[in-house]
Amino acid sequence: MSLHVSIAPHVHSKDSTATIMRDVLIALLPTTLVGVYCFGLNAALLCVLGVAAAVLSEYAYQKLTGQKVRINDLSAAVTGLLLALNLPGNAPWWMPVVGSFFAIVLVKQLFGGIGDNFMNPALTARGVLLASWPVKMTAWYLPTFCKGVDAVSTATVLGGYEASAMDMFLGFIPGTIGEVSKVAILIGFAYMLLRKVISWRIPVVMMASFALCAALFGMEQDMVTSLLSGGILFGAVFMATDYTTCPMSPVGQYIYAVGCGVIIAVIRKWGSYAEGVTYGILIMNIVTPLIDKYVKIPVYGQEKAKKEAKANA
Amino acid sequence: MRNKPKLSSVFLNGIITENPTFRLVLGICPTIAVTSGLINAIGMGAAATFVLVGSNFVISLLRNVIPDKVRIPCFIVVICTFVTLVQMLLQAFIPSLYASLGMFIPLIVVNCIILARAEAFASKNGPVASAVDGLGMGIGFTLAISIIAIVRELLGTGCIAGIPIFGAGYDPMLITILAPGGFMVFGLTLGVANIIMKRSENKKAKEAK
Repeated sequence: MSLHVSIAPHVHSKDSTATIMRDVLIALLPTTLVGVYCFGLNAALLCVLGVAAAVLSEYAYQKLTGQKVRINDLSAAVTGLLLALNLPGNAPWWMPVVGSFFAIVLVKQLFGGIGDNFMNPALTARGVLLASWPVKMTAWYLPTFCKGVDAVSTATVLGGYEASAMDMFLGFIPGTIGEVSKVAILIGFAYMLLRKVISWRIPVVMMASFALCAALFGMEQDMVTSLLSGGILFGAVFMATDYTTCPMSPVGQYIYAVGCGVIIAVIRKWGSYAEGVTYGILIMNIVTPLIDKYVKIPVYGQEKAKKEAKANA
Repeated sequence: MRNKPKLSSVFLNGIITENPTFRLVLGICPTIAVTSGLINAIGMGAAATFVLVGSNFVISLLRNVIPDKVRIPCFIVVICTFVTLVQMLLQAFIPSLYASLGMFIPLIVVNCIILARAEAFASKNGPVASAVDGLGMGIGFTLAISIIAIVRELLGTGCIAGIPIFGAGYDPMLITILAPGGFMVFGLTLGVANIIMKRSENKKAKEAK
């Protein structure tokens, strides 16, 4: 057990891990519903299996190692749902199971459990799935109601599929279950801001720095398409903002968010992958301890003392 | 170690108590590099064992002649000789293994297990004990990388030594035969080996009481 000592003042609030995670789950609800609406029952099955496998893995691991079982804090459920939302809608059923097991046991628990993992579990598991089953992880198809037939396989927008800005905004494009509908993600973002679960800093700065890079680099897509395609919005709102793997101080968070945006733009422009959100955020996850080391949260009262010192001098 | 060590314990030392891969954590470069398949792992293990036995034996014979200050270059010269022998033998008789191990055969020279045993054992013990130590260490290394290779090959291709185990329905988990998977499987097997060793040590400590 590690004891975390934070800087005073120690204000107590009613927030606990469970309430925060419950808010994240609520914020993910619109995205999940639109994803299921777009990609059908298989998408719903993937979400259920992802959550169930994550919670079961956490329960089994904590039981086997004699720890206190903490599945009630809902963090495993969030990880499982995030992972499932990162899969294509027609992924096989075992994929969220393997992914959730990997995320919970290898990425989270083996490094010490909640708060001690150095990379985002769901995103790392997605990276592993992508490296293991590259064909199945990039088998995109159109939402079922778009063409009136069951499944039309196609490229994503980043792979050359043409879509109107409105379709991209609403989610009627090929992609992973969670990333397609921007409007649903924004509703979730607004809810989390309202509940003060996350701050606006990382998502907004990440999107802005990406947009700036996209303009500077001269992307194949126009600006609107760049911002509305792929998983960048989903990543910025739900993945990059993970408490454990992003810096603690506001300045650190700006550095982190800018880094994410730049790396994603670089991968999209020059990389061999069409989309770079997964690796962009994972790389910045790894850099986070370094940022935290050099950009420290100012000690409470320090600013005032500095001002007084100046006035006295 | 002035009194003569027992040969059987010297032999078992390399396989279990001081297993080079799991206990000493030496020679990790070939461990990660060649364990994507069982055949490669056994080939590398056999080659390294041959070099270990030969170099330990010769270095032990020369241990009173080699000046202390230049002992490392001297050890390396002996090790290089045996590695060159292995490389030529493989090229002549098992060209397929030679081709698949490629760069990692000459790299046996810098496999730290070999240098470590020369320094820690062969330069202080007699030739027979040193050869036995080399054999034990070599077999321990081969067993360890074979275990890792079985896990990686089975998950990554569904085969063991090229023979299909899981059947056509299995969709191989590619990452385990790639470099990141190598580190993951190595870390996990190392962890399991540590748990097993700890349990047996605890048992022994209890029995001693």
